[in-house]
Amino acid sequence: MITVLDVHEKPIFESSYTVQGGNFDEAGKVASQIKVILKKLGLQTDVVRKAALVAYESEINIVSYARKGTINISITPQRVKIETIDEGHGIPDIELAMQEGYSTADAKIREMGFGAGMGLCNIKKFSDQFQITSEIGIGTHLKMIILIENGA
Amino acid sequence: MDLETIVKCLDLKVFSGFDKLKTEVLDGYTGDLLSDVMANSKEGDIWMTRQVHQNIIAVASLKDHAGVILVHGADPANDTLEKALKENIPLLGTGLSGFEIAGRIYNIIKGKKEITAQNP
Amino acid sequence: MTLNDVAELLDAEVLAGHDQLEMEVKTGFGADLMSDVLAFAKPGSLLLTGLTNPQVVRTADILDIAAIIMVRGKRPVPEAIQLAKEIKIPVLSTRLILFETIGRLYEKGMRGCIERVDNSFGRP
Repeated sequence: MITVLDVHEKPIFESSYTVQGGNFDEAGKVASQIKVILKKLGLQTDVVRKAALVAYESEINIVSYARKGTINISITPQRVKIETIDEGHGIPDIELAMQEGYSTADAKIREMGFGAGMGLCNIKKFSDQFQITSEIGIGTHLKMIILIENGA
Repeated sequence: MDLETIVKCLDLKVFSGFDKLKTEVLDGYTGDLLSDVMANSKEGDIWMTRQVHQNIIAVASLKDHAGVILVHGADPANDTLEKALKENIPLLGTGLSGFEIAGRIYNIIKGKKEITAQNP
Repeated sequence: MTLNDVAELLDAEVLAGHDQLEMEVKTGFGADLMSDVLAFAKPGSLLLTGLTNPQVVRTADILDIAAIIMVRGKRPVPEAIQLAKEIKIPVLSTRLILFETIGRLYEKGMRGCIERVDNSFGRP
């Protein structure tokens, strides 16, 4: 499969953030920061919205299910790439996890309005390209691309 | 006001409870947190939600809701539909957003002017 | 209508954004599932929800939501209000349930920020 996921091009912005699992007070902070950066770079509102949303759902996933994780963002004139790598239980059945409505969230996560089995669906829906890999006992790795249309 | 009137008025999809559409709708409840719906909804409410998990059927049954409407074009999960059919709970569906369906049902229940006329 | 009108209609208490009540709002979105809000709520609309945690404010920030109405009289934790003040999102609290809140706003002409979703969400 040929995708632009791994096309090498010099990024105009790159950064990496650490997210602690279980720290719900801080959940969403990284996504907010990413949104501010994307706005400052003058990207189209649609790209900003999609990237912020994808980053936010991924961040919530790390906080909800992993011990810790990293969110990497890299922006070229063609695309925004967001990558999350977490240390956690991993996902035993990715196909099942991608099914809308499927969730292993506990009551605490559900009471906050997350854990309804829609997060990964949202990430996939709002990314132009999406890859998920997971290893039991190691963690989960998401790669998302949001394309920037020319003529911006 | 019975379920059938609301189903016809708002063009709702009927997934289950086909023979219970004469059930009287007394009021409405919108909510996606099952603990909230358990605590605060009432008998005879029509419950609007985006949750598709099978637990919604247990909640609707325990609370004696007139029916459940899934919003945003959501389909019930397979086990949810099975349970709804088995327990004969009216499970309905609409493409409308939660805001739109709640607003329209509120107006119908409160017997206000026909709102569908504005949105042909 | 303005946020002031909304506050009056819902007999709501203003918890954050006292200086932004002249803001015009035309559309709303009501839900308790944050992923549902993220998928469908539009910038500039009102978010009506039974949730009161800081994540609601974060979600509103990500989507450029105009203001948040917390329903059922539940008091948010101070961190949520603090965050709302920092990012300048008004927060109102009403004792009404979500159904009644939406109903009153709809009656006064407010509409959903999306009317309907035609395709079943999240399925191929």
